[in-house]
Amino acid sequence: MKVLEKLQYLPSHEWVLVEGNKAKVGISDYAQHALGDVVYISLPEVGDEVTADESFADVESVKAASEVFSPVSGTVTAVNDALDSDAGLLNQDPYENWIIEVEFTALSENLVDAAEYTKLCN
Amino acid sequence: MKTPLFDTHVASEGRIVEFGGFELPVQYEKTGIKAEHTAVRESVGMFDVSHMGEFLMSGPDAESELNYLVSNQVVGLPVGKVLYSLLCNEDGGIVDDLLIYKRAENSYLIVVNASNTEKDFEWMKSHLRKSVKFENISAKIGQIAIQGPKAVDVVRRLYPDVDKLHNYTFFETEYEGGWCVVSRTGYTGEDGFELYVEADKVVRLWNLLLETGKPEGLIPCGLGARDTLRFEAGMPLYGHELKDNYPANEVGLNFAIKMDKGDFIGREAIANHVAGFCRRGIKLLGKGIAREGSAVYQGSRQLGIVTSGNFSVTNGCALAMVRIFKGIEGNVEVEVRGKRFEAEFVKLPFIAKQNNK
Repeated sequence: MKVLEKLQYLPSHEWVLVEGNKAKVGISDYAQHALGDVVYISLPEVGDEVTADESFADVESVKAASEVFSPVSGTVTAVNDALDSDAGLLNQDPYENWIIEVEFTALSENLVDAAEYTKLCN
Repeated sequence: MKTPLFDTHVASEGRIVEFGGFELPVQYEKTGIKAEHTAVRESVGMFDVSHMGEFLMSGPDAESELNYLVSNQVVGLPVGKVLYSLLCNEDGGIVDDLLIYKRAENSYLIVVNASNTEKDFEWMKSHLRKSVKFENISAKIGQIAIQGPKAVDVVRRLYPDVDKLHNYTFFETEYEGGWCVVSRTGYTGEDGFELYVEADKVVRLWNLLLETGKPEGLIPCGLGARDTLRFEAGMPLYGHELKDNYPANEVGLNFAIKMDKGDFIGREAIANHVAGFCRRGIKLLGKGIAREGSAVYQGSRQLGIVTSGNFSVTNGCALAMVRIFKGIEGNVEVEVRGKRFEAEFVKLPFIAKQNNK
C-alpha cells in the first residue's frame, strides 16, 4: 500500500496537498484498494462550499458505496472532470487523480502526517 | 465455518469475508471483481462453493415425499436430470430455492443454500409424512463451480464425457477413488459445471483445475463476481429476491411451481393468493447505483423496493432487480441516499442467455 510523504491524511482515508491557499484533495491508495473497482463518483461543482470532516462526494464501487470527506473547509475552485467519465482512474492512481481543488479557509483538526497515517492503516 | 479451501484462498490473497456462516473470499487481490466477472463471461473462472448444503434422500417413498415437499414436478423426472425448485412454507412463502439431482429411481441429491442448510434439513425432515432415508452430507462434500464459455474445454481434460451432458444434467463418476458428481449447472448465466467431490479431496481438485485450465486463462473468482454474474443473469438469491414472507407466485419463478401436479406444501396458499407484486428489472438513467433496500417511486407513490442492485460490468450501466406492484408502466424513480434517479424497465435477464447446451 502506497503512502506519499508529501501529503496529509484524514483517518477516513482522504489526502490533501496544500500549496499556498489552495488544497488538492483525493482518496488514498488504502481507500481505493478497500473500495475495489470504482465505477462512479458524484462530484461537486466549482463554487460549491465544502466543510472540513464533512462529506463532499459519493464513490460507488462494484462492492459498495462510500462517502468522501473533506480535509479542508473552503470553496471548490476546480474539479477533476476526467473522473466523471472514468471513475476507475481512482483505482489506477489515487494520488495522481485528485478529486477537487479548494481555496481553503481552514484545515481539519484530524489531519495526520504520512508516518502517522501509515500506522493507522496497519 | 471454513471450507476445506480456506488456506488455499488465503495463500492466493483472497479477501476473506463472512457469508452464510462461512469465511470465503469476496475477491482475489490480484484480480478483483471486475476482472473475475469478465473472465467468466469471456473465458473461464472457478469458484469455491463448498459452503453449499447437500442432502441425500432415498427409499421407496422418496419420490412422492420429495414431490410433496417442493413446488416443482419431481414425479417423472428422468435419472441424470437436475431440477430447480422452491421449498415453500404453508403460507406460500419461500423457505429456500434448491436443486434436485435424480440419481436413480427414488434416490436424490438435494443442494441448498449454505445459510439455510440446517433450517432446510430440519424443515424437510419434520414435514416428511412417510419414512425415507434422509441425510445431511454437507460437511463431507466439497464443491467447485467452473464457469464460462471455455469451462467445457477445461473439464473435458479430466472427464472426456462432459460433452454428452446437456444443460441441467449430470453424471456420477470418481475423483481420486471417491464419489464425484459432474453437473452441467451454474449460477452465472454462462455454460459451466459444478463438481462435487469428497471434502478431503477438494483442495487437490482445485489445484488440478487451476493447472489444467492454464491454456484458457482460468482464474479463481470470489463471491463478489458470483453475485454480479448471477445478478446479470436475472437469477434470484435467497434473502434478497426470495424470502419466507414473499409469496412464491410473486417472484418470477412460476416455471418452478406446478399447481396441477397434486398437493405440495404451500400449494393451497399459493392458489388462494392473487399476486400483487412481481419481479422486474430496471436500468438507472443517471450515475448512481441502486442497491438492496432502495425505494422505487412514481411521484410520491412508492411502488416497490430494490432486492439486488449493482453496476453491471457486462452492460456498463447500473441495473437493479425490483419487487414492485404488477402492471406498472412508464419510467420510475429510485431513491439512492436521499437522491432520486430516473430508471426505465428493462427485461430480465439483463444479459442474453448463451447457455443452451
